[in-house]
Amino acid sequence: MIVETEDLTKRYGSQTVLKGLDLKVAEGSVLALLGPNGAGKTTAIRILSTLTRPDGGSARVCGFDVVREAAAVRGVISLTGQYAAVDEEQTGRENLAMIARLRRFARSTAHARALELLERFDLVDAADRRVRTYSGGMRRRLDLAMSLVARPRLLFLDEPTTGLDPVSRTTMWDAIGDLVRDGVTIFLTTQYLEEADRLADRIVVLHNGEVAADGTADALKNSVGGTRLDLTFGSFEDASRAQAVVGGVVDGLRLSVPSDGSAAHLHRVLDDLLAARVSVLRVSTHRPTLDDVFTSLTAVAA
Amino acid sequence: MTASLTMAGRSIRLSRRNLDLVIMAIMLPVLLMALFVYVFGGAISATASYVDYVVPGMVVLCTGYGASSTAMSVADDMKKGVVDRFRSMPISSFAVLTGHVTASVARNAVATFAVVLVALLMGFRPSASLGSWVLAMGLLLLYVLALSWLAAGVGVIARTVESASLLGFFMLFLPYLSSAFVPVSTMPAWLRVVSEHQPITPVIETVRALLNSQPASSGWLALAWSGGLLVVAFGWATWLFSRISRR
Repeated sequence: MIVETEDLTKRYGSQTVLKGLDLKVAEGSVLALLGPNGAGKTTAIRILSTLTRPDGGSARVCGFDVVREAAAVRGVISLTGQYAAVDEEQTGRENLAMIARLRRFARSTAHARALELLERFDLVDAADRRVRTYSGGMRRRLDLAMSLVARPRLLFLDEPTTGLDPVSRTTMWDAIGDLVRDGVTIFLTTQYLEEADRLADRIVVLHNGEVAADGTADALKNSVGGTRLDLTFGSFEDASRAQAVVGGVVDGLRLSVPSDGSAAHLHRVLDDLLAARVSVLRVSTHRPTLDDVFTSLTAVAA
Repeated sequence: MTASLTMAGRSIRLSRRNLDLVIMAIMLPVLLMALFVYVFGGAISATASYVDYVVPGMVVLCTGYGASSTAMSVADDMKKGVVDRFRSMPISSFAVLTGHVTASVARNAVATFAVVLVALLMGFRPSASLGSWVLAMGLLLLYVLALSWLAAGVGVIARTVESASLLGFFMLFLPYLSSAFVPVSTMPAWLRVVSEHQPITPVIETVRALLNSQPASSGWLALAWSGGLLVVAFGWATWLFSRISRR
């Protein structure tokens, strides 16, 4: 286990932000900590990356205690925080070379490493421009590159794509995917279910400082129910007549029917409705999304 | 060591690129010298050597601005995510502050150089020997170092960059309550008590005496103030920085 926490607790004043968090992360995996603002995601990352001390419980990263052996932990991790931690008035190249020097690279290898990362993150053209002139996506890429200078075993990404446009987000996702293939363990937080779905092997839903659910994206989706058919009608009357024929739940002009997702079932439903002379305007199959999981989990927990 | 040097390089590069800081460091001493020597100088002192009198005070006044800039750049780092990145890396915890302090000393050196240069153009004729110059600059270095660590500490605890700049306001005010611009003997008795018991007066008196080849009677006092302030400010700033993790 590359990350192991036991009963991790953190309070700020009278507010308990983490209420006994137990987590285990296997080396080489991607864990997404998913939750709304204030769920305790960032606090968890700050404790694991030695920035904040827990009030109770313990946490080990690569076998090192995050409080007593903070220096050893810092040697094997990298953190990309919520806000791009880059110097606006330095160029991209200077930012990278600075981190390399701080990571004890010799001067010449520091510059070689900077160039290597500029190439990898498609920043060569902007290498000698001040970061102030970079777009949001370029900044995030540079930020990520700075975290990879020393080839960490474990990378913390705190909301890596918050505030990015869709294209930049996809680019970031691709870059993160490449890291996973290189064998870097990734511990990320996100409020975007799509992001967790796309990147993570395992998702831990955090709600009010507690684990509300833990599993693969599919397992979480299955936990809230199977596939359903959504049928849309031209009138409320059609919708209720259809309900009398095939069952399901009416919501306005829409009827939702539980399904096994097979073509045969779809055929049967449509044939039955045709026989009953109810015309259907549109049909869609709906597999539960993490949104459904999230809504149901947080609704129960609240 | 490499980390501290790298951080110092970073801070110096960042201050060179910050136009406000450059103007502050070079233009301000020039303007203030002109103001004091040509505008107030005639009224304050009838003698032509007011420029000789006022140079040490000018240097110290500029260190006040310098301290303010330092506190602000530290506060800026603390506010942005940058400090989190540094703190999550295996580098000594005070390398970040050492970098800022080194840059602060460098900025003050530039400002001091500007003051002396302008003063020479305005008729400043110091009679000091090389040894006295070295002693005077050494004392100023110690004082600036102490003030820079104090500023670093203020930068760490300041909640915003704006509140960090308050230090500058305070440090700008102190020289006026010292022998920087007028002899202490011209002040009312109660104010004299204040001005004789703050660090700036002995520092200025000593530098002035050294540059004008007079006996530096307050030398030890200046040394004690600056050295004491350095120890306290260094301890305070590094303690504050190490405590961030408890937040």
